[in-house]
Amino acid sequence: MQDQILIEMKGVQKWYGGYQALRNVDLTVRRGEKIVLCGPSGSGKSTLIRCINRLEPIQQGSIVVNGHRLDDSIKAIDVVRQDVGMVFQSFNLFPHMTVLQNCTLAPIRARRASKSEAEATARKYLERVRIGDQAEKYPAQLSGGQQQRVAIARALCMQPKVMLFDEPTSALDPEMVKEVLDTMIGLANDGMTMICVTHEMGFARQVADRVIFMAEGQIIEEGAPEAFFRNPQHARTRQFLGEILAHH
Amino acid sequence: MAPHFGLAEFGFLLRGLQWTMLLTLVAFVGGCTAGLAVALLRTCGHKGVEWVIRIYIGIFQGTPLLLQLFVVYYGLALTGLKLDAFVAVAIGFTVNASAFLGEIWRGAIQAVPRGQTEGAMALGLHYSSRMRDIVLPQAIRISLPATIGYLVQLIKGTSLAAIVGFIELARAGQIVSNQTFQPLLVFGVVGAMYFILCWPLSWWGSRMEARLALASQR
Ligand SMILES: Nc1ncnc2c1ncn2[C@@H]1O[C@H](COP(=O)(O)OP(=O)(O)O)[C@@H](O)[C@H]1O
Ligand SMILES: [Mg+2]
Repeated sequence: MQDQILIEMKGVQKWYGGYQALRNVDLTVRRGEKIVLCGPSGSGKSTLIRCINRLEPIQQGSIVVNGHRLDDSIKAIDVVRQDVGMVFQSFNLFPHMTVLQNCTLAPIRARRASKSEAEATARKYLERVRIGDQAEKYPAQLSGGQQQRVAIARALCMQPKVMLFDEPTSALDPEMVKEVLDTMIGLANDGMTMICVTHEMGFARQVADRVIFMAEGQIIEEGAPEAFFRNPQHARTRQFLGEILAHH
Repeated sequence: MAPHFGLAEFGFLLRGLQWTMLLTLVAFVGGCTAGLAVALLRTCGHKGVEWVIRIYIGIFQGTPLLLQLFVVYYGLALTGLKLDAFVAVAIGFTVNASAFLGEIWRGAIQAVPRGQTEGAMALGLHYSSRMRDIVLPQAIRISLPATIGYLVQLIKGTSLAAIVGFIELARAGQIVSNQTFQPLLVFGVVGAMYFILCWPLSWWGSRMEARLALASQR
């Protein structure tokens, strides 16, 4: 059914100057679906999800998000960014604002919410990522895991239809990885549509509907987690999984 | 018989000091306003606009300030626009300051990590909000030591205004010195006045710098 589809990428080609970072990528994401995107460093995972909210322009192909076709018009970009939340490896919290201000700025500016309304929403999501008691602190006063949970809450405050995660736990000390993954699992259980670039294969097994493997700008292989891990079809995938599992 | 350096002479120097401060204030406020526009245009992402602004900055940084003051004062007079000396130097210093401050802030804007802008874009924030709420508050903090440093240079640099006949502190000192034949005393007082004006700013600037260095270590 058409309106079951939240994101549709067709024939997407992306160049950085002369270097082709995405080669003919097709990807369809249904509402509520959880996708884990993996692949070696430099394979184009970040580029792929950054095209979905137009942090990167594409040169060929089409991207439709929640029924809105993404083109170069400010209007289209606006509409799509309202529907897409993103969490970065390096958090990208605003250091000169408190946690609460980080969470209320976009609703106030981009959704024209009132301050009290935005603060109520922010406190709700900060509670949900179990960090409600830190609302008045500045990001630098929090641990990495706490900062990343704030970043998740900040994105949720815009009430997105889909959340993109770009290696959200890669910059964290090992003991903080779990708290962030648990937050993401909670989000998944609440039915959020998610695309996660991550090498946390335990997370993939637990929440992913599909695991997608990329190499050299292409989607090489995809499947349900069990089949994907147990019986990868391509040599390139097997090699990658071998390397990853050796590290864990 | 030449007059000695007395209250009247000191008062004359004080008036010179006032003009120095007024000229600095006008040039700094005007330069900040225009400099902000220069910095924003210089980083706007439009190649053509950025190129024009680069040339603008290049011209004012690449030619002597003295020459720029001549152009404003004598050049505009040639076109029939006879400006008061204060207005002429105020224009000259303001435009010059806009180029220098614009370049300082351009660097500061670009020193704000790219992730800040990306984080803001991903949240759906527009250019105006990204600049006002996210980039500029951080860029201003980064640029504060350099901006204060420039202000100190500006205060001392206003002495160039004497060249078109404007009587500010240094020129006032020269006049009094010529009248009293007490150059050491007169220029000692003039120097002390500049020092009292500049030193607290310099001190504040280096304290800001130390604090920023500390913050970036954390
Ligand atoms: N802004 C950029 N300019 C030029 N090349 C880039 C840029 N961003 C990424 N690349 C290149 O594109 C390729 C894919 O990058 P990326 O999507 O970040 O990979 P991944 O996230 O899978 O590690 C890499 O070779 C990288 O060097
Ligand atoms: Mg990446």
